[in-house]
Amino acid sequence: MSYWSSWHDFLAMGGYAGFVWGSYAVTALALAAEVFWVSGRRRAALAHAAIARELREREAS
Amino acid sequence: MAIPWFKYASPASFYGLAGRMVPWFTALAIASALVGLWIGLVAAPTDFQQGDSYRIIYIHVPAAWMGMFVYLVMAGWAAAGLVFNTRLSGMMVQALAPTGALFTFIALWTGALWGRPTWGAYWVWDARLTSTLILLFLYLGYLALRASIDDARRADRAGAVLVLVGAINVPIIYFSVRWWNTLHQGASVNLQGSSMATVMLTGMLVMAFAAWMYTLAVSLARVRAIIIERERHAAWVAALPREGSPAGG
Repeated sequence: MSYWSSWHDFLAMGGYAGFVWGSYAVTALALAAEVFWVSGRRRAALAHAAIARELREREAS
Repeated sequence: MAIPWFKYASPASFYGLAGRMVPWFTALAIASALVGLWIGLVAAPTDFQQGDSYRIIYIHVPAAWMGMFVYLVMAGWAAAGLVFNTRLSGMMVQALAPTGALFTFIALWTGALWGRPTWGAYWVWDARLTSTLILLFLYLGYLALRASIDDARRADRAGAVLVLVGAINVPIIYFSVRWWNTLHQGASVNLQGSSMATVMLTGMLVMAFAAWMYTLAVSLARVRAIIIERERHAAWVAALPREGSPAGG
């Protein structure tokens, strides 16, 4: 089913390793960075909202 | 079937709905990306003209499609926001923009790495490439405009106008390869069919589906953060359980 004779053959990408893996690696890094950034953002927003609420409650009391 | 559209147009109910959808789209994105990568990198044969450099297509085309498609979805939300004055519309535009910009960047980056072995140049000022660069600048311009306006609702309206005016660029990108003499090749896939080998086409479409599911997952996750940021003084946000459950409530 595979067109590759070995791992080395696969990684070499017929001589285009830099171009092919450069595309795949940058895409993977960019998407991973976005997922990391987004998951932190909601936690930060919830923490901010909690602080704001506590400040309001303290002022009210 | 009655779908309570207006119920879900409220950020408070959409927050919960989006939270329930994110895990499904995430799972679909991971599963289809694994299948697509396997087809594209293992099952599909080497191209007889381009050798293995053509395997960039499995990222390049889905990324370019998503870059354009996300912009059109943003324009739709922007128009809805201007017409109905709903808060959620502006939040959706805000949530989609970074992902659209990212896919446009990926399309340009992988295009450069594909252009070098195929055309001999990383970049040419060709109509397709130039209009795609303008698309990236439209995304960045929208984000910069938002960042420069403190009031979120005013930022929504100003951003919506920018997004709608910029939408003219999307058909220009799409038809650029027909309207002008471009170095970039014409479309291999259109509604009439495809000029690609079946296995290659399948790999590309599966990767496009994965990009679609990824976009849904990440932009819904981002809109939840935006909803909390913008509604943090609302009573329903105060009533949310303290963070702890990974999926969120």
